[in-house]
Amino acid sequence: MSVALERVLRSVDGIATIRDVSLTLERGTLSVLLGPTLSGKTSIMRLLAGLDKPTSGRVLVDGKDVTGADVRQRSVAMVYQQFINYPSLSVYENIASPLRVQGRPRTEIERRVQEATRLLKLEPYLNRTPLQLSGGQQQRTAIARALVKGADLVLLDEPLANLDYKLREELRTELPRIFEASGAIFVYATTEPSEALLLGGRTICMWEGQVLQAGETPKVYRHPDTLRVAQVFSDPPLNVVGIEKKNGSVQYAGGVQAPAAGLYAKLDDGAYRVGFRAHQLEVAKGIPGRHAFHATVTVTEITGSESFVHLNRDTSNWVAVLQGVHEYPPGHVLDAVLDPDNLFVFDAAGRLVASPGAM
Amino acid sequence: MARIDLVDLAHSYSGNDAALESFALKPISMTWRQGGAYALLGPSGCGKTTLLNLISGIVTPSRGKILFDRVDITPLSTQKRNIAQVFQFPVIYDTMTVGQNLAFPLKNRGVPKVEIDARVAEIAGLLDLAPFLTRKAQRLTADAKQKISLGRGLVRADVAAVLFDEPLTVIDPELKWQLRSKLKALHRDLDLTMIYVTHDQTEALTFADTVVVMHDGRVVQSGTPAELFDRPAHTFVGYFIGSPGMNIVPAEVRGREARIDGHTIALNRSYDRLPREAKIEIGVRPEFVDVAAPAAGLLTADIERIDDLGRVRFARVRIGDAKFAARVPPGFSVPGNAAGLVFDPSHVHVYVDSLLVEGTA
Repeated sequence: MSVALERVLRSVDGIATIRDVSLTLERGTLSVLLGPTLSGKTSIMRLLAGLDKPTSGRVLVDGKDVTGADVRQRSVAMVYQQFINYPSLSVYENIASPLRVQGRPRTEIERRVQEATRLLKLEPYLNRTPLQLSGGQQQRTAIARALVKGADLVLLDEPLANLDYKLREELRTELPRIFEASGAIFVYATTEPSEALLLGGRTICMWEGQVLQAGETPKVYRHPDTLRVAQVFSDPPLNVVGIEKKNGSVQYAGGVQAPAAGLYAKLDDGAYRVGFRAHQLEVAKGIPGRHAFHATVTVTEITGSESFVHLNRDTSNWVAVLQGVHEYPPGHVLDAVLDPDNLFVFDAAGRLVASPGAM
Repeated sequence: MARIDLVDLAHSYSGNDAALESFALKPISMTWRQGGAYALLGPSGCGKTTLLNLISGIVTPSRGKILFDRVDITPLSTQKRNIAQVFQFPVIYDTMTVGQNLAFPLKNRGVPKVEIDARVAEIAGLLDLAPFLTRKAQRLTADAKQKISLGRGLVRADVAAVLFDEPLTVIDPELKWQLRSKLKALHRDLDLTMIYVTHDQTEALTFADTVVVMHDGRVVQSGTPAELFDRPAHTFVGYFIGSPGMNIVPAEVRGREARIDGHTIALNRSYDRLPREAKIEIGVRPEFVDVAAPAAGLLTADIERIDDLGRVRFARVRIGDAKFAARVPPGFSVPGNAAGLVFDPSHVHVYVDSLLVEGTA
């Protein structure tokens, strides 16, 4: 089975929330909707689920137009950011409820609830009610119920956002295996780049109601089509600097000139924007072939395993990440280098024109 | 700002007669220095919010005392404690302008107008709110509103402490980076005692000079981010700090050797006469486990998968029943699923009943 949005537009009170989106989602795939708050992730899910109708465009299931069809006729399960369970039912009955509604035989219900609870590690809690569970266990119950339903389309709208950091980390690593075992179409919305990377699958990068780029997650991360995609898909935030290429050399905004080596070599003369992630900026001095900068430390953040150094250079704010503990006082002027083979170059319109080949 | 002493402080929601084991906060004694940046870090139910509520005066402790600059303030109400608070969701007046919102805590206390204007201008400048001072708060985005909440919390220079209760929860990742570094700079510039409650290790570690890790109503370790990373005093700290957390696996430890599934791991110090009945574990962070092709002298392990997190990769490996995460470089690969592991002995720690033991040189 497949679900598709075809040139879908949706306006609410005359304001476009979804602008010309076309997407096809195939059975057995996981798609991550990645974008900031209000970028249209939830709107896309509601359109896919049939909870909202597009203002124009079509929703297709297996190529068949279902644009106006009642949501109850679609095979959809949804998990929200807020844990939603039946408070008076046990965990077992919560998970079994969609199967009871479908009128499945008792033995089948038992088998499928058992499978789902094993997958989500809920076996010890089957007789409790949701309020006797931690937030993570409650959300696992909601996910188990969505899985057991056997829906063709499972939509998860920032399902881990309200959970403790550590629980989020554990569920994130479990979810891809749970998805693999199910075979449905999964759509997962998140604001966090690291979540998209851990989940894998395909990433659909959203911005202001539009799909900016869709593709295999590592490919979108390593070859963002536009500056905006690179920004949405970077955590720490993407570092950006303007350059001008002329006569075989590059002039960085704020006054550093260097030979147009590496990825710069093939560019036509003109103005570009260069993007690089925190780990692509090295704190070092005088490495041959690298482009050297001076930048002023504003804040150092130390996590123990890494240090994030916030820098100010010319009119830009950059972040560098270093392994281990490195404390630099504010105001300290740091030497940093950029490898002209390891950065992203965008043209004046923000389109990717050069990226590191193999990363 | 003030120095804060917690003296044998404890709390039970079911009354003073309850068994100590059931207390939401077990007795703690600590001193927080004037002008320090502290984080209370732990999962839901660890007691961090209880502790914050005791300090703010929302909850009266079952036992013990709280001193601000050596004065017992335990019986005082929240209003009389002279503290500022910032909550998870913005608390601002929609009908007021940004400037009026920032001025409100000062105006309330009858601060002269000249002083109010100067302080509001300073705080607005630090939070990049200066261009919006005359705008109504109503029309601003959620994160701009939370910035105003932060500003209101920081605007009074005379508070004993500023308490933050998960203030960045509603903020998108990119802005979180900006606000986090802003908050850290503000702490530097304003010389206020700040206490920040969160379950998010990144927020705690990056904000605080001292992170207080709580688990099951107890403080399990209080230290700098580097201390918590390098020498977790409790296996919970090892697990909770770091992403992924420390590898903690049962082992037999004798002298300078630990044994896992028949393999021997060298230790930097000697551990003799560990209690027989106790639970013995070793802990090593993924950053200090090297993965190579199998070779003589290396521990033999199976690679289960590699998690690609963009700028870092972690191999998930297994020795017998013991699972390890190991940080591997970009482009890492070994033929097949077998690998050899190397542990950095100076970063392999020994835990007895979950507590770090020192060993001897």
